[in-house]
Amino acid sequence: MSEHKVIDARGSFCPGPLMELIAGMKLAQVGDEIEVLSTDKGSADDIPEWIRKVGHDYLGSREEGGVWHITVKKTK
Amino acid sequence: MRILIVGGGMGGTILANNLARRLAPEMRSGKARISMLSASERHFYQPGLLYLAFGRITPDELYRDQASLLEPGIEFRVDPVEEFMLDKNQVKTKSGKVEGYDIVAIATGSRPVPELIPGLAENSETFYTEETALRMFKRLREFQGGRVVIAVGVPHKCPMAPLEITFMLHDWFKDRGLNDKVKLHYTYPIGRVHSLENVAKWAAPEMTRLGITYETLFNVKEVDGKAKVVRSEEGSETPYDLLISIPAHRGMEVIEKNKLGAGGFIPTHRNQLNMEGRSNVYVLGDTTNLPISKAGSTAHFQAEALGENIAAIVKLGAPVRDYDGKVFCFIEAGKDRATYAMFDYQNPPDPKAPSKAIHWFKMAYNKLYWTSARGLL
Repeated sequence: MSEHKVIDARGSFCPGPLMELIAGMKLAQVGDEIEVLSTDKGSADDIPEWIRKVGHDYLGSREEGGVWHITVKKTK
Repeated sequence: MRILIVGGGMGGTILANNLARRLAPEMRSGKARISMLSASERHFYQPGLLYLAFGRITPDELYRDQASLLEPGIEFRVDPVEEFMLDKNQVKTKSGKVEGYDIVAIATGSRPVPELIPGLAENSETFYTEETALRMFKRLREFQGGRVVIAVGVPHKCPMAPLEITFMLHDWFKDRGLNDKVKLHYTYPIGRVHSLENVAKWAAPEMTRLGITYETLFNVKEVDGKAKVVRSEEGSETPYDLLISIPAHRGMEVIEKNKLGAGGFIPTHRNQLNMEGRSNVYVLGDTTNLPISKAGSTAHFQAEALGENIAAIVKLGAPVRDYDGKVFCFIEAGKDRATYAMFDYQNPPDPKAPSKAIHWFKMAYNKLYWTSARGLL
C-alpha cells in the first residue's frame, strides 16, 4: 500500500534537501509519495530537475511561510 | 536515575563522560547511575581512515581501549543491545541480560552498505573500514596510471570525504610523477560538486585548476566490472580504470530489526534530540534521521547538548537548551592544505581559502581527538 512520506529538510545545508530526497527514495516503495520540506528556495528547481532526469513523477510545489513543500512520486 | 548509553562511539563516549562530570555528586550518592553497552572493547577513530588509505596513519593510531576513555564510575560492558523494549524501559543484550533504564541514549552509528549497488563492492576501492582502507593503500601504491573515478553514494558518512579524497588523490599522483598518466574524474549526486553551496563554489574551480573533471547529477546505479564502466540512475555512464567509492550508509541492523526507524535511522526531534514520540529516549550522531551531516562533530555537539540536558533533567527536572544543528568539518584540500566549514540550522558555512595552518590543525586534532572523546576538548 502506497504511503505519503514527509522529509523535513528545513535548515539542511548539508546534506541538503535534494540529497535527503535521494536517500529517502531508496527507502520508499514504488507508488509512495514523498513531500520534501525545504527552506532553500533552490529546492523548488533542483528537486524537479533531478526527478525528471531520473524518471520519477514530480507532483508539484507550494510555498508557505518560507517553507517549500515539494511533492514527488516514486515510479520505479 | 538510571541512564543507559547504547553505543561506544564518538557520540556515546562524549555523552557518557560529559554526564559523569556533571553528575559526579549524584553518582557518588547513588542518585544517578550511568552505564554503557557497546559492541566493542575498543574505541575507533573513524576520521583517521582517510589518512590510512594514503599510508599517513597506521592502524594502531586509530584505536584505544574504550574503558580507558571513560570517567570513573561509568559502568561499561561489552554486550551489544539486541532488543529495545521501549514500552518497558528495558533493553536485552546479546548475552541475554535485561537492563532497565529511566533514560536511554542511542548512539549506535551507521555502516557502509556498498553491497546494495550491484558490482560496487567487488569493483571499487574505499576507505570506510580498516580493511578496505589498507586495501586501497596497497592498490594506490601499485597504480601506474589510467582513469580514476570517484563515485558517491547517499547518504554517506563525512560529507567532506568525496572532496578530500579527490584532492588528496591528486597530490598523491602528483608526488609520484604520475599526473600526466592519471585522469581524475569526480562524480556527485546533486547538481553541483558539493551539497554546501559555498563549498561547491570553491571546489569546482579548484578542480578545474588542477585538471580534475567532474560530472554532477550522477547517482550510481551499477558497476560493470567486466566493461569497467559505472552507470548512473540518471542514464549516463563513465569508464574507469580505478574506481574509488564513497559508499552509501545505513544505520545499524539492530535499529532496523527493532523497527525504530527506516534504514536504521531513528526519527529524532531536531532540537531536543529525543526519539519522536518518546520523552525518555534520546538519539545522537549518525543514528538520527536528522537532515544534517553524518559526521563526528555532529555527534560531538549533540552529545554536549544532551549532556547538559540530561544532567538538568536529573538536577532540575527539565532540559535547559536546544541543539542548534551545529556542525564543524575540516576539509583537506590536498596533502598539506585544508579549510573548514562550520554551520547550523540557520547559518550556512563560509569556508576560507585553504591554508597549511588549518591542515596542521587537523593533523593535531587527529591526536587531540582522544581528549575530545574524554569530554575534555
